[in-house]
Amino acid sequence: MPGAIYAEGLVKTFGDVRALDGVDLDVPEGTVLGLLGPNGAGKTTTVRCLTTLLRPDSGRAVVAGVDVLKHPDTVRRSIGLSGQFAAVDEYLTGRENLQMVGQLYQMRARAARQRAAELLEQFHLADAADRPAKTYSGGMRRRLDLAAALVVSPPVMFMDEPTTGLDPRNRQQLWEVIKQLVSGGTTLLLTTQYLEEADHLAHDIAVVDHGRVIAKGTSDQLKARTGGERVEVVVHEREHIQTAVEVLRGFGKGETTVEEHTRKLTVPVTGGAKLLAEVIRELDTRGIEMDDIGLRRPTLDDVFLSLTGHMAEAADQDRANGKEAVKK
Amino acid sequence: MSAVTDTVRIAAPGNPIGRSIRDSLIVAKRNLIRMSRIPEMVIFGLIQPIMFVVLFTYVFGGSIQVGSSTSTQAYREFLMAGIFAQTVTFATAGAGAGIADDMHKGLIDRFRSLPMARGAVLTGRTIADLVQTSLTLVVLAVVALVVGWRTHENVGKVLAGFCLLLLLGYAFSWIGALIGLSVRTPEAATSGGLIWLFPLTFISNAFVDANQMPSFLRHIAEWNPFSATVQASRELFGNLPPGFQASDAWPMQHPVWASLIWSVVIILVFRTLAVRKYRRAAG
Repeated sequence: MPGAIYAEGLVKTFGDVRALDGVDLDVPEGTVLGLLGPNGAGKTTTVRCLTTLLRPDSGRAVVAGVDVLKHPDTVRRSIGLSGQFAAVDEYLTGRENLQMVGQLYQMRARAARQRAAELLEQFHLADAADRPAKTYSGGMRRRLDLAAALVVSPPVMFMDEPTTGLDPRNRQQLWEVIKQLVSGGTTLLLTTQYLEEADHLAHDIAVVDHGRVIAKGTSDQLKARTGGERVEVVVHEREHIQTAVEVLRGFGKGETTVEEHTRKLTVPVTGGAKLLAEVIRELDTRGIEMDDIGLRRPTLDDVFLSLTGHMAEAADQDRANGKEAVKK
Repeated sequence: MSAVTDTVRIAAPGNPIGRSIRDSLIVAKRNLIRMSRIPEMVIFGLIQPIMFVVLFTYVFGGSIQVGSSTSTQAYREFLMAGIFAQTVTFATAGAGAGIADDMHKGLIDRFRSLPMARGAVLTGRTIADLVQTSLTLVVLAVVALVVGWRTHENVGKVLAGFCLLLLLGYAFSWIGALIGLSVRTPEAATSGGLIWLFPLTFISNAFVDANQMPSFLRHIAEWNPFSATVQASRELFGNLPPGFQASDAWPMQHPVWASLIWSVVIILVFRTLAVRKYRRAAG
């Protein structure tokens, strides 16, 4: 049985641009999928197709058990959407905004009023509830926008770059809200450019580039694919680089990369802290002075760069050869 | 599927027409609240027609012949229906700019992701504009009375004249809605919503007697939907100048019917086009 959000072969072209080139997704109920990718990769278009705002040229999508293309209106009753812009009416107060959205979700006026009050409380907007939204700070607007998406506690939520443009403190606050939401059983699809955000919030991650999902898995799986841990050394003297390379060759599980100008050497290893201690002892014995040394694990940034960097080149290559890009 | 049970809070959709009216009124209320919080928009919307009333009355009055009369009073009374009609059509630009602004800010996306009636966002907007136009007309009528405009028919006919004017304004706000959905920015909607209104309202019987135009322009003016409403309300106000001979063109002979037909046709055509455009709006 497909998950709460399911997409198969979504294709959408705008003129010559193939914004989506066969996107497949499957998000099990109650989990969070982080959709990661550079600008223009197709993240927003994917969200727009899944939220009935855009009709894909081909493909199939099921959200909350309902076919998106066949019964868009039924899907709309089960989803909440929080977009890149804080889509609230700036001349209406926070309360008026939420009441209006509630009523347009076909709630009765009284229920909408009650729910608005609850949400304003929950999102720490009660003090500002009766001020026009244009007087709100960026973080407050985002919270109001998110609250508007949650008016009916939809079982499936879509958030398109929910924290873009927020300062770190507001971002942290929003993360807490999102975590609470998910712990309540909501299925969430989240797009983001912040790898840290995906790492923090998402159970699974799908990396999108050129309108295709080029890698899927948990954060750990993706990191493991990019390579395991490695030792990074910065030597004090440029002359010591050659000796250090020889030392690292003895411990490493692969080739040592050298950045001459920063005097930084990196080598993949297995063996963790114990091995690190041995490396330090050996370098010390050889009399090599170190500015810095440490054990590094790949971040999602590494994953992202290695995947999108590599794939972008491969795709360009294929295009140059006039072949269709290889599907992953 | 525990999370799904929460959606039961949503009332089952009633009959589609009831839902459509309800949703439209909710959106209309939203737009009226907005207007009340941006009073300068309403005030600027009033300045231009008031200026026209005063300028045309005092600058052109007495030098323009209408019917067989060149009296200032005859022109003053002749003029008002034209200015009223021009004012209501300018609501087009407001509707267009408002909808373009909603698109631009992502609000249309929000609305389109909600389980609401499809036409309600646009209908709500046009209803709100109708309310604003009505208020504008009241103010303008008072100014017109101050500078000497008088009606010479019974109250029922005068009100009917105003109703035809408002119907024309409502019809034109659907044209504005379509323009608003078709352009990229609110600024483009404002200018795009205004430019074509100048030839439309000037190549008509609004400010001068169309009988005195060259025949090519006269034909356009006589069949201009705008002229029909001007002529109809002028008749209903009892403001036809002495010695005025209506032309043989059908809309000028039956201006009330022509006005009604034109307005209803405009609403049907442009509402259909605008709602279709809204459903496909890519934002």
